[in-house]
Amino acid sequence: MLLSNIRAELAKALRRPANWLLLAVAVTLSLTFAYLIPYAGYAGGTATPPNSDLGLPGMLPPAYVGNAIGGMPVFAGALAVILGVLVVGTEYTATTWKTVLAQGPSRATVYASKLATIAVATLAMTLVLAAVSAGASTLVAAVENQPLDWPPLTEQLAGIGGGWLVALMWASFGALLAVVFRGVALPVGLGLVWLLAVQNLLAGIAAPLVDWIADLQLGLPGPNAGSLVAALGAGTDTPGVATTVGGGQAALVVAAYLVAFAVSGGWLLSRTDLD
Amino acid sequence: MLTTMTKPVWTDSLTKRYGEVTAVDELNLTIEQGEVYGFLGPNGAGKTTTLRMLLGLIAPTSGGVRLYGKDSTTRGYLDAVGALIEGPAFYPYLSGRENLRVLAGHAGMTASRVAVVLDEVELTDRAGDKYSTYSLGMKQRLGIAAALLKDPALLILDEPTNGLDPAGMADMRGLLRKLGAQGRTVLLSSHLLGEVQQICDRVSVLSRGALVAERPVGELGAGGRLVVVTAQPDIAHTRLVAAYGDDTVRRHDDVLELDVDESDAAKINADLVGAGIDVSELRWRRPNLEEVFFSLTGGNHAA
Ligand SMILES: Nc1ncnc2c1ncn2[C@@H]1O[C@H](COP(=O)(O)OP(=O)(O)OP(=O)(O)O)[C@@H](O)[C@H]1O
Ligand SMILES: [Mg+2]
Repeated sequence: MLLSNIRAELAKALRRPANWLLLAVAVTLSLTFAYLIPYAGYAGGTATPPNSDLGLPGMLPPAYVGNAIGGMPVFAGALAVILGVLVVGTEYTATTWKTVLAQGPSRATVYASKLATIAVATLAMTLVLAAVSAGASTLVAAVENQPLDWPPLTEQLAGIGGGWLVALMWASFGALLAVVFRGVALPVGLGLVWLLAVQNLLAGIAAPLVDWIADLQLGLPGPNAGSLVAALGAGTDTPGVATTVGGGQAALVVAAYLVAFAVSGGWLLSRTDLD
Repeated sequence: MLTTMTKPVWTDSLTKRYGEVTAVDELNLTIEQGEVYGFLGPNGAGKTTTLRMLLGLIAPTSGGVRLYGKDSTTRGYLDAVGALIEGPAFYPYLSGRENLRVLAGHAGMTASRVAVVLDEVELTDRAGDKYSTYSLGMKQRLGIAAALLKDPALLILDEPTNGLDPAGMADMRGLLRKLGAQGRTVLLSSHLLGEVQQICDRVSVLSRGALVAERPVGELGAGGRLVVVTAQPDIAHTRLVAAYGDDTVRRHDDVLELDVDESDAAKINADLVGAGIDVSELRWRRPNLEEVFFSLTGGNHAA
């Protein structure tokens, strides 16, 4: 039952044009900000500030994993939220919950299938971003006559795994929002306001001024996601990437949020009326 | 008690309240194996709310439901049930066939029945087109196809003819009769008396969430009025009132309605014609839903 439900959810997600658009946007943004713009700056001879990853080394193979997952705390994370909202929220907007549940699966089975689909989709997104970054690094190395020094395999796998964990955490946040607000538009809007505005305001303005907000930051999903990808090689000049807490702690906190979002979404879905 | 509780549908004081509104009020229903059961009521009577509770989509405020003796927390509760609730709803970016394949997956079955049910509702030709391009009639038929996927012993259909044109309604009723004749138990909700009369064996009438009557279908639409259309309504009216009394004769312009026995028709016709009154039309009119409601509820519940 669970397996055939997962197949059904995967079929819905794969055939949905919006999901492919999200992937295309993730690839485009990632390439633009990790490679195109830095390379334009480098090739144009603009002086590179010291300590910056934006110089040539930041575009070469040793840095590719960090470039691939650096967006997960904010912009790729925002796309993951949208993905999670779409996978769950469409059943409300298309009023298809009744159509699906009339076939007899339990709500828990359907929600678990949706989370499994989200896990597959975010893994695919992380792998595609890694492949695209690796390709772009290879190209830069070739053009600049630099050696192809790939990081150790364990480092690459850890980076991809960490990036996936962050993306999955944000996507299950989106899924929870869709259940809470029973739709798509409001959950997407509020999810993005949290990721793009509130988190930045807290980190940039509130935390430096107020001590307890600075402490609170240590427990929020965004700063932990940023610390996790920073520990795995993402440059700290990327928005949302910072070494607020240690990598190990960050991984645990992000995983805890993932479980909390997944469980509370499933719990809420199972005890509300569905039209 | 045990036998009652294993009927296809059995509800026990089923109640749903939304704040002040009691959408379904202490409803007790039992539907027998193999019958085509009509669930009749005007807009807002609580039909859809009841059917949603049968499927476990919404939780009753109080009371309970059993389908084949199982309650909604039982594993496999809907194994023998197919349903279409309040209009069809599918994924617009998938074709009709892809929608059914996805739903077969949710049902935990292979897609082998998809082609069968598409044939059954005569949608095979257009099954490859996107759902978003379907006409309302095609959407309704896809909804029936989805309800048939599990080859269910119990079909729950909520106003499946809603929004269809007369030809589409006739097609759909033909399909429903065919499904009923296959030995399935069918629960069909409707706000059209004529529809349940054509299709159902037994009918319950719901008003403001409460069951006001449950009858074999033949008894429900019984009675009616004799309609007389004439060019001289004044003379005819005076004559008929003299013969049958003021209470019996109602007049709307040149149409007279008589609350008499159907067998009096020939005598009335002869009497009017004998008095030199031209009778251009004389027919027996069956009661409509409003009148059935009025007679069942004494007017207190009529919508
Ligand atoms: N989610 C809800 N919140 C509040 N009230 C509701 C809700 N769902 C139904 N109702 C109310 O319950 C009553 C019964 O509605 P229901 O949809 O069951 O009627 P119905 O018999 O199916 O009518 P129709 O023929 O129009 O489909 C109505 O008064 C309706 O306003
Ligand atoms: Mg209804």
